[in-house]
Amino acid sequence: MSGSPPAEAEHHLGPVGQVPLGEGRIFDVDGWAVAVFRPRAGGVLAVDPVCPHRGGPLADGLVGGTLVVCPLHGWTFDLASGCRVGGPEAVASHDVRVEAGQIILSRLAVSSGPGGD
Amino acid sequence: MLAGAEDAKEIFLNPLAWYRDNDITLRVGVRATEVDTYARKVFADDGSVVAYDKLLLATGSRPFVPPIEGLSDADGNLKAGAFAFRTIDDCNAMRAHAAQPRRVVVLGGGLLGLEAARALKEHVAEVHVVHGTSTLMNQQLDSEAGAILKAGVEKLGVQVHLEKRTVAVLGDGQVTGITFSDGTGIDTDLLVVATGIRPRVDLARGAGLAVQRGIVVDDQLRSVDDPDVYAVGECVEHRGLVYGLVAPLWEMAAVLADHLTGANPTAAYRGSKLATKLKVAGLEVAVMGLKEPEQPGDEFVRVSEPTRGRYKTIVARDGRLVGATLLGDLSRVAFLTQAFDRGTALPDERLALLFDLGGPPEAVSTAELPDDVQVCNCNGVTKGAIRACVAGGTATIKGVMEATRAGTGCGSCKALVADVVGWAAGGAVEDDPSSSWYVAGVPLGKAELVAAVRAQGLRSVSSVFAALAGGVEHAPSKPGLASLLKVVWAAEYEDERDARFVNDRVHANVQNDGTFSVVPSIPGGITTSDQLRRIAEVADRYQVPMIKLTGGQRIDLLGVKKDDLPRVWSDLGMPSGYAYGKTMRTVKTCVGIEFCRFGLGESTTLGLQIEDRFKGLESPAKMKLAVAGCPRNCSEAMVKDVGVVAIEGGRWEIYVGGAAGASVRKGDVLATVDSHEEVVRLSGRFLQYYREEARYLERTYDFVPRVGIEHLRAVVVEDAEGVAARLDLALEASVDAYHDPWLEAAEPRTPNQFSPAIEVGS
Repeated sequence: MSGSPPAEAEHHLGPVGQVPLGEGRIFDVDGWAVAVFRPRAGGVLAVDPVCPHRGGPLADGLVGGTLVVCPLHGWTFDLASGCRVGGPEAVASHDVRVEAGQIILSRLAVSSGPGGD
Repeated sequence: MLAGAEDAKEIFLNPLAWYRDNDITLRVGVRATEVDTYARKVFADDGSVVAYDKLLLATGSRPFVPPIEGLSDADGNLKAGAFAFRTIDDCNAMRAHAAQPRRVVVLGGGLLGLEAARALKEHVAEVHVVHGTSTLMNQQLDSEAGAILKAGVEKLGVQVHLEKRTVAVLGDGQVTGITFSDGTGIDTDLLVVATGIRPRVDLARGAGLAVQRGIVVDDQLRSVDDPDVYAVGECVEHRGLVYGLVAPLWEMAAVLADHLTGANPTAAYRGSKLATKLKVAGLEVAVMGLKEPEQPGDEFVRVSEPTRGRYKTIVARDGRLVGATLLGDLSRVAFLTQAFDRGTALPDERLALLFDLGGPPEAVSTAELPDDVQVCNCNGVTKGAIRACVAGGTATIKGVMEATRAGTGCGSCKALVADVVGWAAGGAVEDDPSSSWYVAGVPLGKAELVAAVRAQGLRSVSSVFAALAGGVEHAPSKPGLASLLKVVWAAEYEDERDARFVNDRVHANVQNDGTFSVVPSIPGGITTSDQLRRIAEVADRYQVPMIKLTGGQRIDLLGVKKDDLPRVWSDLGMPSGYAYGKTMRTVKTCVGIEFCRFGLGESTTLGLQIEDRFKGLESPAKMKLAVAGCPRNCSEAMVKDVGVVAIEGGRWEIYVGGAAGASVRKGDVLATVDSHEEVVRLSGRFLQYYREEARYLERTYDFVPRVGIEHLRAVVVEDAEGVAARLDLALEASVDAYHDPWLEAAEPRTPNQFSPAIEVGS
């Protein structure tokens, strides 16, 4: 669940159907964990899976629009930017897309918000 | 524009730059001499003329100088050595006049005069107060309080002369003394006139506007003669009253601003309730409203301790505080001021108003709480933090809750949070329309939402967002909508798994480390050795870190990994105990007549019957039930959402709305019945009514007092609204829709439902 894969690498995570519509799932990419979400509005979004508040499992959170709510204490993050709503914290967000029904994590972006890691 | 201010100092409430920055032309030292309301022009003593659309008169008041021979000359100028007193600053001017005055006489033993005397006593050896009536501060105090105040004033070394009417001021060009109507007098060369104030109305009167004691204004602070001329402050007379304190001015100014700017065209000033707190001659005094009863039914409580310098009274009318006087001990002033300002209902124990008798009712003690008191014990939010948030401009309860997180934990402090916000905002809490919505993401109350859902056939959460929320998804609203749709549609509900909280997706309770707790159903808390063996084997097999007995008489396996959940369930071979959902959780029982020597009813049998019927029943919030075999209440039935208690004579009492969690409340008796069937029928009908009527996450302990037990008895027991049959039918449909979610162990409903992570090789 830790360590960093090479930057700019492309990872094929498999069929988009592995993530149910409106939910998130954690992918283990050679020991590195990333939470991939499928908002009902379309597309996929990816962030680091651990809430910076108390370590809550973000992939188990409720999704609305592009926001996810941590199931432990309700911290809310924008999945596109990784930024917390109503606070300066952030989780790292990652570029991800769907091509021909396959999820492609195309590169590891650096967190776009202050306080991220 | 400001009109008629005589002294530039009076304007400097704000720095000069403020006027410039706000595009306000300030004309200091210019005196407005005439207003022409037809031409809409103001004429000034420098010859200038200013045209206006709207005119505001804030001419204030002037000291009242009584017609005493020798006090003032024909032009109204006071004799040298005599000063009119308005503020403490005036005292400073007086002291500057007479370098080392030996003696000073203050005319007037009201608020102003006593303030002047106290300030002067610090610098002048001999201070006399002369008052026309027998009671100091007789406007605010009754004679007994006045006597105590007099003793306090005299203790400071101030000499008080009551019932003395001053008829002459002596001295040729310079004050040398005064003479009273009884022929006596006092020699002095410094005289302070503190006999009250009079509204400054010359400008208004000259303009032909209605003036009585002050400029007569309506509830929008407009002159009753000219809607384009406004007046505020000490110069106005509103509903027959003239105010001489600053608080009413702020209240008027707020209404004026709202009205004049159009921010709130319906803003109205309806008069001020005057509450004054001051220190007179070292004695703390607080007065508000009436000093004595005025109407036949008025209650009057008085505690007089003259030798201790303490005196307290309250006047109550129809259970509300309409007046209070506190002398010497102001420990209850915050509480009384709040009760007076808001007209809140008073506690039955009236003495609690005047003394701290071991804690006033929570709702009215908000003002008294110190700033560092923790209001929200879940998130550690203090009263000071809430006050700061309100001061920072957040004016809704929801806004404050979001910003501070106060009240967002267990929720039991929400009412207190609302009180503190109301107190901090001085009653100016903005209505938050969303507070009446069923969930924050759909702008409808529960009844309208249910109606719309039924009318449009909305069977899924996403369809509700699409049809009723402009297509905007709101994550925190999803579980609430899912709960409601399940109650409305029962088996026809279109389940979308993403609308469920994680607990309901994996049928277990998420723990702080991301693992889950597993609680199998053990109806009535009655288990078997075979079940216990299976639980023990599962615990060993899956290395369960903690096995705990729950308060609901079940066994909790804590720390189970997500991917172990399906196998744990299969190996247990027991149905889900729904310990994670907004559902019926358990029915706790005692052993009743089966074993207990005190038992009066078959509590375990009935408990099993109830639990089997209501198992997994979806509801606005969790429901904990219990059955007690006698009134000793060992299963705590009286503090459950629904509790059934056996009583002598083969009968059962049904309690509803009890709680022993974040809130503690003894349930109300819904009915007393004489059969198990009747218990099941009425408690089920109550639950269905609660399911349909309660707000999301509203526990029965809030719901029952909100709708009232009498109403519930009428609907549920007496069928006063004719809905009983429908409620019974609806409940039946939900009971029939029960399924054991742990059967999903064999066939997961969503891809990777129980996978902690999906392995990807690169």
